[in-house]
Amino acid sequence: MSKFLFPPSIPSRPTYGVLERRDGIFHIIIAEDEGAEAIIDFVESDKKFLNKAHIIFVATKSGEKYVSRLKSLASAQFYVGPSYSASVQRLQKVLEAAKMGSQFYLTGTEGFMGQAQNEIMKAGFPHTAIQTEHRGSVARRMQCVHCKGITEDVITDPFVCGHCGLNLFVRDHYSRRLAAYQGVRVDAEDFGNVPEPVELYT
Amino acid sequence: MTAAPQKVEPGVDIIPALVDKITKVNELVTRFEFKRIDGKDFPVFSAGSHTVIEMKDGDRTIRNPYSLMSDPEDGSKYAISVRRDDVGRGGSLFLHKKIQVGDKVNLTYPLNLFSLDLRARKHLFFAGGIGITPFLSMIMQLESLVGSWELHYATQTEELASYGEELKNKYPKKVNQYFDDADQAILLQKLLTTQPIGTHIYVCGPAGMIKWVTSTAKNVGWPNANVHSEEFLAPKPGKSFQVRLCKSDLTIEVGENESLLEAMEREGVNAPFSCRGGACGQCETEIVELDGEIIHRDHWLDSEEQDSGTKIMPCVSRFLGNSLVINR
Repeated sequence: MSKFLFPPSIPSRPTYGVLERRDGIFHIIIAEDEGAEAIIDFVESDKKFLNKAHIIFVATKSGEKYVSRLKSLASAQFYVGPSYSASVQRLQKVLEAAKMGSQFYLTGTEGFMGQAQNEIMKAGFPHTAIQTEHRGSVARRMQCVHCKGITEDVITDPFVCGHCGLNLFVRDHYSRRLAAYQGVRVDAEDFGNVPEPVELYT
Repeated sequence: MTAAPQKVEPGVDIIPALVDKITKVNELVTRFEFKRIDGKDFPVFSAGSHTVIEMKDGDRTIRNPYSLMSDPEDGSKYAISVRRDDVGRGGSLFLHKKIQVGDKVNLTYPLNLFSLDLRARKHLFFAGGIGITPFLSMIMQLESLVGSWELHYATQTEELASYGEELKNKYPKKVNQYFDDADQAILLQKLLTTQPIGTHIYVCGPAGMIKWVTSTAKNVGWPNANVHSEEFLAPKPGKSFQVRLCKSDLTIEVGENESLLEAMEREGVNAPFSCRGGACGQCETEIVELDGEIIHRDHWLDSEEQDSGTKIMPCVSRFLGNSLVINR
């Protein structure tokens, strides 16, 4: 599943668009796995601006699949990292040196975009001006409201907290500060009554 | 230091005050300092706030908004600086020529339409002429918070740069001055492309300067959320017109030299207002019937709303035509 249209939900739930080039002095493009396809789609009509662009590509699951294709775009700077956590220092360093007038483009899974957005916000850039396009899995990054532990790549509802072991209901309430959705104990009122887990959006 | 009572409406509710000190700053600008009649402290305010000063000139009531330029944390006084406008409708001339120490005026509780975004990593200020006033309080607030700021201040001449010398002496590395008569200009393009991520821009000055800064910022890719501006419009005189106020069941005449808002106030109609300069949106009024043209002069309605002919901002906008009925 590369492109997925999330159904409308509560205002707390982030929404995603389609990347488009905006005027700016520099372009910082941050993508994970299938997000590479979003980059290729949006730069197709105009590759010239890539001479003022830095592509940070995180190949968490895609290995070498997209690397040579992205490299051939010949952006001013190109970085490939094996995971978000391995690449975040690169992003922080880029943000330290970046100037206002830079445009930010994020594409990949929700957890990936959320964490990158959080890093950019911490540098003082408004989240409203960061472009996002969802690509890849619909799995979520969840925070357990009880033990505060984060469980990555949650694909079923309910799920078991990776930290405290409670059965958690997947809510659409989202925190930009944590870059995570909220997971709330599903059997708090009726101990042991845990519904069968269902894959998200099926 | 006292906090404002919880239920006051900023920009509307009144604090009776006395003129405590009048200081000529230069040929065009005079500073007025006020203290409260009841001897208490004024509420502290957030930097960038303005107050509407209400003065009696004979039978006429003048209400003009001015940025507060005193220390936001100092409740012992409020201060404003006023540029004399010889061709305006007389508010600034009244302040310059008739107001005396000891006179009573009413000040509204401060309202902030131009506040600092304290999430900013750095605050970049652009002032043109008397547009320096909100930055004086902002600088004091940021100095107390140890915030990062930089001022670019353009005036016609060095003499007309109110507070320029004081600022330059106090913060030599942060204050940059530009004098038109010496052909000095802000290197805007360069400034706006060399700021660290997280910088916010604030601009206050003539309309042309605001447009220059905001459009240059947009062109080099700044998000709107990081660009702040404030411009109070003085209501411009125009042809007199009649307007029907359907809720009040009144037909009133708006004179050449008064605004629709002032005409309603003259007739005792309870019309909401705050900034009186087309910026805050408080006085927005629905148009019930329109045969003619609204001369929109505000910064509040977007161009679509203005074109729709369904809303008017009575503080600055006027009417030309046969008949106008508003829901007031």
